[in-house]
Amino acid sequence: MIKKPRLHPCGNFKERYEDELQVFSTDFGKLWSIIGIFLLFTLVPYMGGSYFLYIMNMMGIAAIAAVGLNILVGYTGQISLGHGAFLGVGAYAAAIFATRFGAPFWIAIPAAGLITAFVGLIFGLPSLRLKGLYLTISTLAGQFIIEYLLVHWEDMTRGTMGITLPAASILGINLAGDRSFFFVIYMSLAGLVWVAINLIRTKYGRAFIAIRDNDRAAAGMGIPIFRYKLLSFAISSCYAGLAGGLWAYYMISITSEPFNLLLSVEYIAMIIIGGLGSIAGSIYGAVFITLLNEGLRWGTDFLMNTSLFPEFGLTIAPIREFVFGLAIVLFILFEPKGLAEVWRIIRSSFKLWPFSY
Amino acid sequence: MDFFLQLLVNGICIGLLYGISAMGFVMIFKASSVINFAHGELLAIGAFFFLTLVTWAELPVYAAFLLTLVGSFALGFIVERLFLRPLIGEPLIEVIMLTVGLASMFKGIMLFIWGGNLHTFPDFLPESLTFQWGAINVPPVYVAALIIGFLFLTLFGLFFKYSSQGIFMRSVADNQSAALSLGVHVKRVFALSWGIAALVAAMSGIVLGIMNGINVHELSSIGLKVFPVVILGGLDSIGGAVIGGILIGLLETFTGGYLSTSLKDVLPYIVLVVILLVKPYGLFGLVEIERV
Repeated sequence: MIKKPRLHPCGNFKERYEDELQVFSTDFGKLWSIIGIFLLFTLVPYMGGSYFLYIMNMMGIAAIAAVGLNILVGYTGQISLGHGAFLGVGAYAAAIFATRFGAPFWIAIPAAGLITAFVGLIFGLPSLRLKGLYLTISTLAGQFIIEYLLVHWEDMTRGTMGITLPAASILGINLAGDRSFFFVIYMSLAGLVWVAINLIRTKYGRAFIAIRDNDRAAAGMGIPIFRYKLLSFAISSCYAGLAGGLWAYYMISITSEPFNLLLSVEYIAMIIIGGLGSIAGSIYGAVFITLLNEGLRWGTDFLMNTSLFPEFGLTIAPIREFVFGLAIVLFILFEPKGLAEVWRIIRSSFKLWPFSY
Repeated sequence: MDFFLQLLVNGICIGLLYGISAMGFVMIFKASSVINFAHGELLAIGAFFFLTLVTWAELPVYAAFLLTLVGSFALGFIVERLFLRPLIGEPLIEVIMLTVGLASMFKGIMLFIWGGNLHTFPDFLPESLTFQWGAINVPPVYVAALIIGFLFLTLFGLFFKYSSQGIFMRSVADNQSAALSLGVHVKRVFALSWGIAALVAAMSGIVLGIMNGINVHELSSIGLKVFPVVILGGLDSIGGAVIGGILIGLLETFTGGYLSTSLKDVLPYIVLVVILLVKPYGLFGLVEIERV
């Protein structure tokens, strides 16, 4: 007997709480996701050369960290300006585990996640005393303190020299090259997205959302706010740590340079552009910002080579900062729910066509 | 001993500058409870505007100074009008992220126009402002900072305490919707506070620029150093901002003088985290009895 496929109803007819909690409201959603994941792992890695795979991999790493940041900012309503530094903690933790203790790849990455979660807890502690914006300021301080430690704690991080990592391998399979890393990164991303989506459906996720929407009401309902805020912060840092560890292994050698405040702002831009409070949105944002970065690099290279404007000593840094800032500002002003909302509007306009009222 | 005293004086003077820079920040926070991450960029824009007027347009210093003040007031006004007014009544988290975006945007524009190099003002402060006491030598720019600092501290203190606009600002900060329903012109309050904040920022930017030279990165990082200062002093206390600034300035110069210069830049942030843990409302901040 064939099950009757569920289609989109022409209205909101949810009768039970289980209906609200469904990941896929229609069978087509489930089917398309399965097809998408299948294509992602069979077709996409063979679609282009190493530059294409490099961009795909950077997108994947950015998406992991952005999903983590969205759990904190989008679902719990706490702003973190130190996500870039936490990524750095993860990268260095993985590198130190790999070089100093000779830990294999599959131990070093989770260990990096755990250590970053712990470091995140330390900077999340000020929310013990205070609500609101103080966590933002404390994470800003965290950004600077971590940056300082990455450069000056030379016994551990080798300062400005950076660390070179050994080649990664899992179960005797050598993971060298962009293609094999593609599988590692995207399998991690798929797993972590699965965890995030299901986390939001549990008691914990609902508590996060309650804290975001109204912390007094949440406390009144008996949610221990402080504990949940810290938990959210630890989970978010853990995602950043995992992404950082993957980054370190993928880049082979790391320095503290990329993990600055601009990277943190970049992640904030990702989740705002993608959509706060939407897991899919964090992925859209990661894709958008990575492509924007590459596009800007192409654009400035092109302008410099064609000598159309020789009087401009064009460099990418100021333009990048300006465009990121502009993107954040425009999205907050005109579409505060981000690309996820744009996508939803497009979809529903198709669904409701031709009688969209 | 002389070294110690010189460090002490330097620390107090630098701290005063931090305090003045923090004042504009506190101004915005008091009026709209927005944490302004673009403060350092406002500072830098003021300094660069003054530089352009003095060196490129070759205006006399006083005219350039006045024009800069007017220009930065207008800038604050425009920023509020274009970017912050649509967000009145929206969640605070969006407003704060917006200032993060603005900071990035301004920095990009400044780097594009003036580049990342160090510029210096021509020397124009009169030598008679130099203060000499024994072996201690206070250069004129510090004396100017001292005068500006005290002038603005008194002005703002009086403004918030007695003027009706100041009281409106405090009411808006306390509860925006209640202020709205009592007939406070919230839009005007916002515009005014951003204008004044940009003006104060520009002034402290100029003074900082005379002291250290102007560089986009340096000045915008001072905008972030405002955070330890205001957290130490209490986020909503203007006097606290000045005292917090002096304490942070002293801390910095003594660490730089006796320990190491690289530790100097990160120590304020360590203090910030400790203060948040131990005495989160700072020395003079208003303690809200709310532990959620």
